[in-house]
Amino acid sequence: MRAFHLEIVTPDGLAFNGEVESLLIRTDDGDAEILCGHADFLASIGTGRARLLIDGKPRYASVSGGFVSVCDGVTRVVAITFEFAEDIDVNRAKAAKERAEAALSRASGEREELVAKAKLARAVSRINVAELL
Amino acid sequence: MNSIKTRIKSVSGTMQITKAMELVATSKLRRAREKAEGSRPFHEIIKKAIDVVESSSEIKDSVWSKLPEGNKVLYVVIAGDRGLAGGYNSNIFRLTAQLSEGSEASYLPIGKKALDYYTHRKADIYFGECRYVAEMSVGDSLTVAEQICRDFEAGKFDKVVLVYTKFASMISQIPQHEQLLPLDRTSDGKDTPADPIYAGEPEEILASIVPKYVGGIINSAVCESLASESAARRTAMNAANKNASEMIDTLMLRYNRARQAVITQEITEIVSGSEAL
Repeated sequence: MRAFHLEIVTPDGLAFNGEVESLLIRTDDGDAEILCGHADFLASIGTGRARLLIDGKPRYASVSGGFVSVCDGVTRVVAITFEFAEDIDVNRAKAAKERAEAALSRASGEREELVAKAKLARAVSRINVAELL
Repeated sequence: MNSIKTRIKSVSGTMQITKAMELVATSKLRRAREKAEGSRPFHEIIKKAIDVVESSSEIKDSVWSKLPEGNKVLYVVIAGDRGLAGGYNSNIFRLTAQLSEGSEASYLPIGKKALDYYTHRKADIYFGECRYVAEMSVGDSLTVAEQICRDFEAGKFDKVVLVYTKFASMISQIPQHEQLLPLDRTSDGKDTPADPIYAGEPEEILASIVPKYVGGIINSAVCESLASESAARRTAMNAANKNASEMIDTLMLRYNRARQAVITQEITEIVSGSEAL
């Protein structure tokens, strides 16, 4: 498969910059796969798993919030968080999951509930991705 | 002689403080610089990524990218938390004053100095909760951005401009401004290919993307500003140190001269006294 250039950034810095053969990412509408030669594209991304195919080998990551754009053959993912499976601290994610669950059961307002739900989704996604290793 | 002595004492006391501040600024600078450099790719790439939006005809006339009609501008001004950083804070305020001339300006100050400055001037403060730059997290930037975007969509402002200090190097920090909203359509002139494919309604996607874009840019500007503040303070304190040690040198010289003069005078008195006997 032909490779294309992919750049992934988070506010903490450049998370990935290199050639990949495929990017599978969770958009708000469901999973989208981007291959070489994709038309210009724009989508908002949700919380979930991302899969990069590098030299035929998959690499998984947990991603949340942001957007993916394809412009002139370069794919860019701008995310609030992006962690490769090997960088995920499972214990921390599990603790975060418990905290989020507790917060969700306590949540009174709609906003609080949304925040807690988003936190829970992030923690679950991290745990799921880490288990793929 | 005594007055010189007390001056030497006070100057060396000041020097101790400036030295300590320089050390603190240096160690803070290292961390802030790493963070600023880390946030830079995000800033660049997010701008490139949003290019695809700017080149699209479908959303040219959306709320987010239409040309400003009115004159209501929100300035997001990032200054420092403390003074004693040379011209760091005043440069930012000067630039903002230049920019805001002739517009109906309201401000979102980030950092204690900025908040104090605009409160003191009784300027129209849009949101005054960002008291300390050093405590701004990514989450805070995003929350602020969401609020800005909501109000922008509702038509409270026609334009949102970010004013911050870019960390160019240890000795050079440049105050800069950047238009956050509406999305800058500088790439309008070039031939743009067909519209991108949107996963969903373009308007909806934009509504979810734009706050993240604004938040990301604010966050990286905060990082840049923090690094700039430390660097500016370090330079200022370094200069203060040099001045203090120069001053101590001249004062010392004067003190020694005065002391010598007293001794000489005493000897003359004794000699002339014994001669008289």
